[in-house]
Amino acid sequence: MDAEAAALLGKYLGAGLACLAMAGAAIGVGNVAGNFLNGALRNPAAAREQTATLFIGLAFAEALGIFGLVVAMLLLFAV
Amino acid sequence: MAEAAGEESYIHPMDQFLIKPLFGDGPVGFLTITNSTLWMFIAVGCVAALTIFGTSSRALVPTRMQSVAEMMYGLVRKMVEEVAGHGAMAYFPYIFTLFSFILFTNLLGMIPTSFTPTTHIAVTATLALAVFVTVTVIGFWKHGTRFLSLFWPAQAPLALRPVLAVIEVISYFVRPVSHSIRLGANIMAGHAVLKVFAGLFAMVLAGGLGPVAILPLGAMVAMTALEVLVAVIQAYVFAILTCVYLHDALHLH
Repeated sequence: MDAEAAALLGKYLGAGLACLAMAGAAIGVGNVAGNFLNGALRNPAAAREQTATLFIGLAFAEALGIFGLVVAMLLLFAV
Repeated sequence: MAEAAGEESYIHPMDQFLIKPLFGDGPVGFLTITNSTLWMFIAVGCVAALTIFGTSSRALVPTRMQSVAEMMYGLVRKMVEEVAGHGAMAYFPYIFTLFSFILFTNLLGMIPTSFTPTTHIAVTATLALAVFVTVTVIGFWKHGTRFLSLFWPAQAPLALRPVLAVIEVISYFVRPVSHSIRLGANIMAGHAVLKVFAGLFAMVLAGGLGPVAILPLGAMVAMTALEVLVAVIQAYVFAILTCVYLHDALHLH
């Protein structure tokens, strides 16, 4: 295999591997939403006030997966 | 988008994000009117129309337009009061502007063949950097050098404080990065997935597998519904994170 083909192979492998970050984000987002639902069903009266906190938690958990996606996009289209 | 592909029948899913000048084929300069700026102007026009015509009659029983404007106002007002805390109402107009602009650019981008400026990091980074600079200036203006105590967690054990301070400084400067990339990449990824399914649909049809094409078509419809939801949630998240950062600057944790 010549150097160019190896570089291309590495590029696509790296892009695919970077997408594994989204698995972590999925676990994180599921944790946040699941625990919110858990608490909300125990005490529905307090749930409405906490939706803002829920969305902040979701946003922070999701951002890290999005970073992985950006790395994949950079590898595919910019490198 | 279709004509950009030329004689090739295959349309690249990233083609929709190309910035093109509206008039002529010249290079894109600082003042060139492109499809991106056009859709930003349309979004600003829609926001202005909604807020001006929505509140012009001020009826006790609101019309549909007035109740939409009131709902948006109420949502953002409640968010600023709850998340940014006491004394943040002075910055309500800024957060409402951010929210309505992002909401309308996202939603207008869901119209087929339109352009979504918020898919571009250049646009979202400008918005996020504006928030970052504003919040930092407000912090120094309100608290002077005491604002730096934000990076020095006084409740933590003394031995841990320098380590935590380094982490706090890094996380403070990563804020605009994550703030902008979250919005840009979410919207961009959604639109790219839509176009991937659309390309799949065209490929299946061209391949002569007629009835199978219902699968990518159904996926496209479902993704469109999801993307409308994401468009609203991402505008909400951008505004709420602005409130969180503002709360830090106003109240120092």
